[in-house]
Amino acid sequence: MKWFSRKWLLVMVVLFVCILGLSLQAAAEDKVLQMATTTSTDNTGLLDYLAPTFKADTGIELRWVAVGTGKALELGKNCDVDVLFVHAPAAERKYVEAGSGTDRRQIMYNDFIFIGPKADPAGIKGASVQEALKKIATKGASFASRGDNSGTHKMEIDLWKAAGLAVPDKESWYIQTGQGMINTINIAAERDAYTLTDRGTFIKYEANWKGNSPLVILVEGDEALRNQYSVISVNPEKCKNVRYEYAQAFAHWITSKKAQKMIAEFKLIGKQLFTPNAATK
Amino acid sequence: MDYIFNGFLKAVELLASGNPETYSAVFTSLKVTSLSIASSLIVGIPLGFMLGYFDFTGKRQVRAVVDTLLALPTVVVGLLVYAFISRRGPMGELGLLFTIPGIAAAQTILITPIVISLTATAIESLDRRLGMTLIALGARGRQIIVASLLEARYAVLIAVVTAYGRAISEVGASMMIGGNIKWHTRTITTAIALETGKGEFALGIALGIVLLSLALFLNFLLMFLKRRRIA
Repeated sequence: MKWFSRKWLLVMVVLFVCILGLSLQAAAEDKVLQMATTTSTDNTGLLDYLAPTFKADTGIELRWVAVGTGKALELGKNCDVDVLFVHAPAAERKYVEAGSGTDRRQIMYNDFIFIGPKADPAGIKGASVQEALKKIATKGASFASRGDNSGTHKMEIDLWKAAGLAVPDKESWYIQTGQGMINTINIAAERDAYTLTDRGTFIKYEANWKGNSPLVILVEGDEALRNQYSVISVNPEKCKNVRYEYAQAFAHWITSKKAQKMIAEFKLIGKQLFTPNAATK
Repeated sequence: MDYIFNGFLKAVELLASGNPETYSAVFTSLKVTSLSIASSLIVGIPLGFMLGYFDFTGKRQVRAVVDTLLALPTVVVGLLVYAFISRRGPMGELGLLFTIPGIAAAQTILITPIVISLTATAIESLDRRLGMTLIALGARGRQIIVASLLEARYAVLIAVVTAYGRAISEVGASMMIGGNIKWHTRTITTAIALETGKGEFALGIALGIVLLSLALFLNFLLMFLKRRRIA
């Protein structure tokens, strides 16, 4: 039986070392800022690009969970994160008025676009947003919706309403994915569907296909399609555990000239993804 | 079809070149499962022993509950644990959300029933006379427990491997509690879910291969231990 206990001991030692390593690592992680953000800032790689410089400048490590704007606001309300980086201005204002967040600052924008299969079965290419939606609805052409209460989803619902149409919640051609932006684009591609996306995520998607994307931009440039991103600090009066100092440090940093310039210089396949528009001090 | 084959090629390349993102996910998975396995064994083996060894009123009912918990859906565990460890929840002060110990806690709830149930079965299937013999030989309390568990060690080891398999392949709770944060709580399974969603199959396939290799390694270990006994 001796051999058995020796093996067993070895396994235990390995486990112990793993756990020890874990606790040591936990002790070393002091200055951490927890952010909830939208899938577009993560999927495009923008945060991967900004975080190392933020750490070098302030010593704070940025960690983020990428969820829809609706879930991000919810995480802020539950005091689970310190700062939000989101894009649904109307919902954000409500959120700040309710006292859950404070110090909302505009950071940058890009725009929403309608993309769809090259064949364009509903013939929406070059149409206005309202016309395009009407055409899709009358034709019953497949349309993929985020369906997850994200900023993009909120925008899409507003657009249906602005076009004087009911949200086609129960129509068979209306595919509600309940997933992130790039997942939804993938589903749209598989199902030959139209979808609404932020331009940044689409550029990233297009880059993956190396010029052979099955989906193309069909409607763009409408004033109604502007996509504004903002940073909100979670209100320390409501959440006493929140690392408000770090959240403020991030808000200052991202609105600084240096970070704004970095955002403008962030490119994928030679295309600029976001236009910075913070009120720099 | 091309992209599947290319995925495999890329997988080999990622693993051979020591791609940091891939290895970060692998080590995160190992850390989480080591923690959850350790705590579920500490809780589960004594409970499983008691359930298998002693006869008491309501034993069948307890057994039925434990066996039902084997089918506990990972997302339900994720939801419950989230509700408790959110800073707004009753255990919010601990700050466990989006951390490795947080995921391990959820997995512990998930796999402890497996350890209890299979340990109980292992003890039950021992020869009844073993207990009596041990007592007749003068064994007391802890000695009986240790001797019985040693006698049932292979069955208990299978409990451990089964529990490990469930923990390392679980994605629902890891996603909800861990938040899939790059370099910190991104495990093999949440990374596969993310990469597949993004349409980057290579990294997904690479991670799938690692996951299978881990399972294979564990089973070889088990086989090795068994063979040593026969030899």
